Amino acid sequence: MSHRLSGNEAIAYAMKQIDPDVMGAFPITPSTEIPEYFAQYVANGEVNTEYVAVESEHSSMSVCIAAQAAGARAVCATSSCGLALMYELLYVAASCRLPISLVCVNRALSGPININHDYSDSMGGRDSGWIQIYAENNQEAYDNFIMAMPIGEHPNVRLPVMTCMDGFITSHAVENIELLETDVVRRFIGEYNPEHYLLKKENPLAVGPYDLSPYYMEHKVMQAEAMKAAKVRILEVAAKFEKISGRCYGLFEEYRMEDAELALVLMGSTAGTAKAAVDKLREDGVKAGLVKTRVFRPFPGQELARALAGTRAVAVMDKSEGFSANGGPLFAETRSALYDLKERPYLIDIVYGLGGRDVKVEDIEKVFGRLADIAVTGEIGPLYTHMGQRSKGGDR
Amino acid sequence: MVTNDMVEIRWHGRGGQGAKMACMLLADVAGLEGKFVQGFPEYGPERMGAPITAYNRISEKRCTIHSNIYYPDYVVVVDESLLDSVDVTGGLKEDGAIIINTPYSPQEMRIRLPGWTGKVCTVDARRISEEILGSNFPNIPMLGAVVQVSGVLDTERFLADIEESFENKFASRPQLIQGNMATLKKSLEEVQIG
Repeated sequence: MSHRLSGNEAIAYAMKQIDPDVMGAFPITPSTEIPEYFAQYVANGEVNTEYVAVESEHSSMSVCIAAQAAGARAVCATSSCGLALMYELLYVAASCRLPISLVCVNRALSGPININHDYSDSMGGRDSGWIQIYAENNQEAYDNFIMAMPIGEHPNVRLPVMTCMDGFITSHAVENIELLETDVVRRFIGEYNPEHYLLKKENPLAVGPYDLSPYYMEHKVMQAEAMKAAKVRILEVAAKFEKISGRCYGLFEEYRMEDAELALVLMGSTAGTAKAAVDKLREDGVKAGLVKTRVFRPFPGQELARALAGTRAVAVMDKSEGFSANGGPLFAETRSALYDLKERPYLIDIVYGLGGRDVKVEDIEKVFGRLADIAVTGEIGPLYTHMGQRSKGGDR
Repeated sequence: MVTNDMVEIRWHGRGGQGAKMACMLLADVAGLEGKFVQGFPEYGPERMGAPITAYNRISEKRCTIHSNIYYPDYVVVVDESLLDSVDVTGGLKEDGAIIINTPYSPQEMRIRLPGWTGKVCTVDARRISEEILGSNFPNIPMLGAVVQVSGVLDTERFLADIEESFENKFASRPQLIQGNMATLKKSLEEVQIG
């Protein structure tokens, strides 16, 4: 069914269709509308969810952990400083192998305080053991959220899933969307029947006890193996999802990459803007393409290396700084992934759009212009720069 | 009537005037009529009275661009006082139009838009709203004016579809539907194109 919804409306509607057992609810811009819209569904009796209004994000994630450990399905939504306040609990959720579904409406993390979009919030959680899937638009946010539970709950995976979308750009923009029928969503999600849970009377458990060094490392390896298994499961779920929706998803999206010589690696809504730039350049005969990272955790390193193997020059575009003094987080992953290629493309990093600074089609065209120069001269210039930076040194 | 594949509209208003809501309604109705749409706000600090901007893209094919709009076909100014502080005609296409909420005529407003030689349209959205609704909600009359001036949607069909949209939006306050429909129709009639 065709509709027009904002990203936040789409997520709230997906949650309504799923009818989870528990929601840990706490507001923070720009994710606030999700628990707001969902509260209406609760008030109208349209869902059976236990809606727990808490006093902080630390508590909303704690509610989700307790509920999921008890054998229930739990969801929540947050942004920026809210995700930061959950930080300790993110690790608890992942290491307890609790497949909670969290929506992160990405927003710059303080300071200075800023409400607009970049990935500094979820990138801080990239080593927490959560699966992270990023959306380009409202449709992908809706679709990714519906796929989250079948991915996370699989016995080989049992990991929490963070569905990420761009704050304001996606969360507050109304666009066309195709919604699935609720019974189709329910059948796709299925029942949640965990093998072990806190309140199972035949086999009661302790959850989250102290772990000594003789076992700790084994547990971490199991978590790491689960993350590897998630890559397989994400593709299985995507294949099933295509059957019910007609929409095809991979670990990343390759756009006009078949013969591309110049390519971008980037994520989120900017990928849509960059597609328009690629189309324009293709009309002028430039062999441009892009890879849109969808699944950031687990990171599809080998697959990405294959996708970029035929290119001559690649720019990774990071919408978070990372402060490594060596490029942003997407750059670090991409550069590492390319190491095993016999012939590697030239590679640069461009940090852009921090705190919601807008990115235009022309900005992306400039990046391709720089890649074209690099492909010809073999000189990459500065390895990592900031797009549109106005201080000393100017716009590179 | 613009015949491009895509019509881009930029709204200038002040926080609390409903410019964002009008922008979202336009996206909803255009989508209902089979168009591909975007309606999105640009937020600065969130407070009543602060200048805000909102954007619409309406097209025959899905638009993947997610930047703000720098070269709009139409600009809607919901609050006349913004003319003193915001470059409202910045990037506005020459064959486009600016639509201002004001009691003055297009000729009188043109002198306040130095450098702009394209169409100037005016409508007294405040008076329309105050006469019909009893208070100042200029957003819905401005929505009527931009539909009339741009021709982006068929006016008759737009009125029928938005009534349906209002029925959803104001489900808990149905008394607002007829008043808002009346302000829309009045604005469609009164907008002056100069």
